[in-house]
Amino acid sequence: MLTIAGAVVKFGARRVLDGVDLELGDGETVVVLGPSGSGKTTLLRAVAGLQQLDEGRVAWDADDLAGVAPHRRRFGLMFQEYALFPHRDVAGNVEFGLRMGPADRSARARRVDEVLELVGLADLRDRRVASLSGGEQQRVALARALAVSPRLLMLDEPLGALDRVWRRRLLDELRAILDRAALSALYVTHDHEEAFAIAHRIAIMREGRIVQVAEPPEIWRAPADAWTARFLGFGPVVDGEVCGTQLHTPWGAIAITRRLPSAGAAVEVVLRPDAVRLDESGPIEALITRAMFAGTRVELTAAPLTGPPIEVVVAAAGAPHVGEHVHLTIDPAAVLLYPRGAD
Amino acid sequence: MTGTAAVTREVRGARLARAAQIAVPLAFLGVFFAWPLAAILARSLRPGAIVDVFTDASLRQVVWFTLWQAALSTALTLVAGLPAAYVVARYDFPGRRAFLAFVTIPFVLPTVVVATAFLVLLRSGGPLAFLHWQPGVVPMLIAHVFFNVAVVVRTVGGFWANLDPRREEAARMLGASRVRTFTAVTLPLLAPAILAAASIVFLFTFTSFGVVLLLAGPAHFTIETEIYRQAFAFLDLRTAAALALVQIVAVLVIVTALARLQERRSVAQRIVGGADVARRPRGRERIVVASILGVTTVFLAAPLAVLVWRSVRVGGRFTLGSYRALGSSASASTLFVSPWAAVANSVKFALIATAIALVVGGLASVAIAARPGRSSRTMDAFLMLPLGTSAVTIGFGFLIAYQHAPGWLADTWLLVPIAHSIVAIPFVVRTVVPALRRIDPRLRDAATMLGAAPRRVWREIDLPITARAFVVAAGFCAAVSLGEFGATLFIARPDWPTVPIAIDRFLVKPGQIYLDQALAMSVVLMLLTAVVIFAIERVRVRDLGEI
Repeated sequence: MLTIAGAVVKFGARRVLDGVDLELGDGETVVVLGPSGSGKTTLLRAVAGLQQLDEGRVAWDADDLAGVAPHRRRFGLMFQEYALFPHRDVAGNVEFGLRMGPADRSARARRVDEVLELVGLADLRDRRVASLSGGEQQRVALARALAVSPRLLMLDEPLGALDRVWRRRLLDELRAILDRAALSALYVTHDHEEAFAIAHRIAIMREGRIVQVAEPPEIWRAPADAWTARFLGFGPVVDGEVCGTQLHTPWGAIAITRRLPSAGAAVEVVLRPDAVRLDESGPIEALITRAMFAGTRVELTAAPLTGPPIEVVVAAAGAPHVGEHVHLTIDPAAVLLYPRGAD
Repeated sequence: MTGTAAVTREVRGARLARAAQIAVPLAFLGVFFAWPLAAILARSLRPGAIVDVFTDASLRQVVWFTLWQAALSTALTLVAGLPAAYVVARYDFPGRRAFLAFVTIPFVLPTVVVATAFLVLLRSGGPLAFLHWQPGVVPMLIAHVFFNVAVVVRTVGGFWANLDPRREEAARMLGASRVRTFTAVTLPLLAPAILAAASIVFLFTFTSFGVVLLLAGPAHFTIETEIYRQAFAFLDLRTAAALALVQIVAVLVIVTALARLQERRSVAQRIVGGADVARRPRGRERIVVASILGVTTVFLAAPLAVLVWRSVRVGGRFTLGSYRALGSSASASTLFVSPWAAVANSVKFALIATAIALVVGGLASVAIAARPGRSSRTMDAFLMLPLGTSAVTIGFGFLIAYQHAPGWLADTWLLVPIAHSIVAIPFVVRTVVPALRRIDPRLRDAATMLGAAPRRVWREIDLPITARAFVVAAGFCAAVSLGEFGATLFIARPDWPTVPIAIDRFLVKPGQIYLDQALAMSVVLMLLTAVVIFAIERVRVRDLGEI
């Protein structure tokens, strides 16, 4: 089990990691999700030992890793853009870590074949890495990290450099490989869809801090703050006010059934994507100003009589067109409220 | 865990290695570069010494001659090199790469070889004997042009090839004539490259030693040759030291100006798009291209061809007699050893100098590449100083620093390869540092994460990736050492001469037999250098370093 406690890394005056606490159980995949510059890569490098901690500690089970050199930690790290060794072929890259250990030549060759088989690259054994496609390079990097059977695999934006089609495929394969090897994995990305797809738990990272750790559905259901909601693509964010059981918004009053902050409290209101639906008897009248076709569904932008535009996703069949008037209902259960000025 | 003892040992080892990367180069350059320079300073800063240089009419004459011959050499080199630079940049023709390689040959040849070649061209019975030129200013200038044409062709040509020709086309469309387009558009765009090439040529010709000593005749002395004359002919070490100081300051000024220019030039290079737009010459262009290529080729090939020809043709018939004589003891009256022994010396010194330069320069390169920031820039600058110090200054510094040095240091042949390595170390650093810097640091991290200890990372990542750079650097070192003349002349003792020294000894002796020996040795030296350069070109990849 990996334990990160109170980890602080300073670059000059800037606290790139500002007191990070995170635990990772055996066989678990935790995704660190945050925008670029939030300190995700630094966190991985700190766990790897490539970056010294200024405060706090990193421990594996009961062992504090402070005095353990990175090459002795038996952690695997898959780098952003892979960092494959240009002077070695595919097999040479995969074999590298094995050569640092006691395995003899034939044992190494067997393991290389095994891992290349696992990632589906057995045919490319003797190819130069420069001649590989992005997806192939990514798999070589994965195979190289897996070959030495690390006790923890860290992946830094492993799909970042790939196009959409490859990302889908490799995401599935990656999940399968992690499951089969029952590997503990710390996975860093800025893409929430990727995070939802692969994570057992997600840690939201912002400006060097972890703001929320939860399973993907919980993150989606109730982001910890307005910033996280916005980062997940929820919107718009508007100001609201609580009056009794009523929430006053620019779109009108919404009756809220769950417990509300005290009356008169100023709040920020965020609509989760599933909050709004078309409803002929709905209280909000709006004009469709934009309709973006996305295959099975259509993403609509609707301008209400008052208040900012609202996004609605509907099934493609029978979707209204631009210029049509519609009625909308907001589901109170999917309205997220945060104290104003908390950011 | 493997136990803290192992970890501490590793940490201590890494710390020791880091300290050595800085300490070894600094100590080496401290003893074999800073100390000789300090010795020169100590002698020249005595009252009156410097004043003499500027008040003594003959010394003032020397400084003046040094300046104007360098300026004139530079101008002539530009005139000779720019047409070829134009052709190479703008036209594609069969053998373009071979031509570029060929143009570079004179630049890497030992000065003594070139001087010998020109002496043969001009002397009675030589192909240019009808001109009745004696050694003097004109042959010296021509030799300087011969040497440095490569700088202009490669620097300006490379820059020119990357200039977008659409700007010139735009000027033509706006009604400018060909000539007007060239003067109003092309020339201003080329100016930084031309200036850079010119200042390099100026630096080389300002500090030129062998060519001036052997070709300028008995009436003309530059600061370099005057230092040698004062020290050896007049035994006036004080004046020699004062001149050396003047030389050091002058070179520093030129090098600083050069660095400024190159900064500007690299900015300019970023602005232009990099498109190689060379095309086949058409119609009348073919005549122009062919004649420029022809004249340049003949100019560069003739002296070397004549040198080889004359070395095997003695008294109207072909013979290898001159070469056979190299092994005979008949030459021992001039050298204390046979000429072949000089060849053996040269090879031995080249190997040792290369080894020293690779170790010292390699360590320094690792230190510089690993640490960005001011301390590494300072070290970088310190290591470049030998590049801005003329060979004669280094040799003279060795002479006065170690003549009263304790014990072995005063009288060891090791001083020769050490002096050569001082000249070569900047080349190593300039070649290896960029190669090390180009290594993605994540490759080292990746190796570390796969279980490689620091030293293993260096062996598995840095070394193989920069191996080519090290080979190229080694080749440069060997070539520099083989041809080194100015510094060696001060240090080499009669019983361990190098080939350039032996050639010099033969050249100053009157008599056909000695000239024949000098010719044969020059050809041998040329071949040795050619072998080294050929080996470099085989492994050289584009974009390696800045040389």
